[in-house]
Amino acid sequence: MNLDTLLPNLGEWLRGTGPESDVVVSTRIRLARNLAGFPFANRASAAQKAETAAKARDALAKAELPYTLDYIDVPGLSPLDRQFLVERQLISRELATVLEGPRGVALDQKESVSVMVNEEDHLRLQVLRSGLALTEAWEDIDKLDDALEARLGYAFHDQFGFLTACPTNVGTGMRASVMLHLPALGLTKQIEKVFRALQKINLAVRGLHGEGSRAFGDLYQISNQVTLGKSEPKILAEIGEVIQTILQYERQARNALLKERRQAEQDRVARAIGTLGSATMITSEETMELLSAVRLGIHQRLIEDLPATTVNQLFIHTQAAHLQKLMGQPLDGEERNAARAKYLKTKLRELGSAR
Amino acid sequence: MTCQFCDAPATVTLTEIVNKQKRVLRLCDPCAKKNKLFADAPGGAAGTVHVPALLGLLGAAGPAPATPAETAALTCPDCGLQYGEFRATGRLGCPAEYDAFRPALEPLLTRIHRADAHAGKTPRAVRAARRDDRLQELRRRMAAAARDEDYEEAARLRDAARQEEAGQ
Repeated sequence: MNLDTLLPNLGEWLRGTGPESDVVVSTRIRLARNLAGFPFANRASAAQKAETAAKARDALAKAELPYTLDYIDVPGLSPLDRQFLVERQLISRELATVLEGPRGVALDQKESVSVMVNEEDHLRLQVLRSGLALTEAWEDIDKLDDALEARLGYAFHDQFGFLTACPTNVGTGMRASVMLHLPALGLTKQIEKVFRALQKINLAVRGLHGEGSRAFGDLYQISNQVTLGKSEPKILAEIGEVIQTILQYERQARNALLKERRQAEQDRVARAIGTLGSATMITSEETMELLSAVRLGIHQRLIEDLPATTVNQLFIHTQAAHLQKLMGQPLDGEERNAARAKYLKTKLRELGSAR
Repeated sequence: MTCQFCDAPATVTLTEIVNKQKRVLRLCDPCAKKNKLFADAPGGAAGTVHVPALLGLLGAAGPAPATPAETAALTCPDCGLQYGEFRATGRLGCPAEYDAFRPALEPLLTRIHRADAHAGKTPRAVRAARRDDRLQELRRRMAAAARDEDYEEAARLRDAARQEEAGQ
C-alpha cells in the first residue's frame, strides 16, 4: 500500500458522520491477542518476532473477510510515514518509534480496520467507526477476531481468558474508546466534575494528545479500564450508558451558552475563523483550539456554510507529518507553523470563493 | 476521606485483601498523577492503571504485608522471567507466567479488575476442545452404564451426547 494514497482521505474516525456525531467523533475497539507457544513480544528474540510476524501476516492475508488487509512493514517505513500513521490513529507511537525488530500493521482501504503486529501484544486488532457505534464496531472486530483465530492458536487460559503481556488487559483484551468533542463542558467549567464521576465508575479519560484537564481541541477519549470479569457486551453497554449521560450534559451546556450569551459565542467563532484565515504562523495546538471553536459553532448553527467535514480535514491535514507530506518536504517547527498558517489561509479562501 | 500522601481529598481508592487483612490505599488526583498511577499505557490505549506504580504504592502505603519468600523467588519455567523482573517492568514475559506467578498475580488482578475470572468470549478452538472433552466423558460413562446393565442411564447419556454433537 502506498501511504500517499491515504493522504487526501479523511479516515474513518474523522468522517464526521454516524450517530450522535455532533458530540461523538469516533468509536474505537481494540482487542489484544497473543499466539500460544511464543513469549510475549517484549521478551521474544528477533527470530521469534520474525516467526510471529510471519504467522500473523499469513493469517491476515488468508482470513476470510469482506475487505482486504494490506500489510505494511513498519521498520521499512520512513520516520515521516510512521508519524503519518500515528496521526491517522492507525498505529501507536510505540510501534512507530520505540519498539524494535520485526513488526507491522495491516490496514483496510477505508482505514476502519488496523491490526498491529508485535506491538506490546503479538496482535492488536482495532476497528474504528465514526460517531457512536459501539455495537457495530464490536460486531466487526468480533468477526475479524474469529477469522484470525481460525488460522492462529491464541494464548487463552480457562480462568484468566485471553492472556496479555500486561495484566491490565487480560480477560477480554478489549479496550473500547469513544472520542468526544466536549467544548461546552470545558467552557462552562463542568468538565472536571464529569471526569471525577467517570473515574469513580472505573472509566479512564484522557485527551487526544496526553493528559490534562483541558485537552487540546476539547477532544477526550473515554474508555473501559476493567477487562476481566465482565463480558464484552456488558462492558460496551456500561460505556454506552455513560456516554449518553455525557451527551446530554454537553448538549445542555451548548444550549445554555447559546441562550445566555449568543453574541459572545458568535464573536468567539468569528474570531476563530478570522485567526485561522489570517495568521502567518500558527502552532498545531492553537489550530486545534480554534478548530474546536469552529466545530462547536457549526453544530450550534452559528456558521451555516462551513461543513463539519472540512473542519475535520483541516484538523488532520495540519498535523505535523500530514503537513510535511502535503508540502512534499521536511519542515522544522517554525517552518511548519508558517506552512500550517499558509495552508489554512488557502483552504479557507477556497471555501470563501466557493460560497 | 483524605489522601494518604498529602491531606487533600482522596479521589482514588484501591483496596487490597491479603490473608483476610484488608488494606486501603487512598490518593488524591495530583498524588495519583505524581506517582504515575494512571500513566499512559504503551500502545495508545487509554490511561490504565500502571502496574509497577501500583505495586510500589501498595508497598509504600503503610505496613506492607511480608512478601512471601516463595513469591519473590517465583521463576517462569518457560522463559525464565523472575517475578521481581515483572514487578519492575509491569510486563509479563510469556503466557506460562499466568500459572507460574499465580499466587502473586491473582490478588493483583483482583485489585486491578475487581474480579479474578474471565466472563467474556472464548475462542472457537477452545470451545471445540471443551466439547470434545465433554463428549468423551459422556461416552465413557455411557459405556460404563451399559456394562452395568443400567440401560436407562445409558440411554440418557446417549441422548446427552447426541445433544452435545448437535450443538457443533
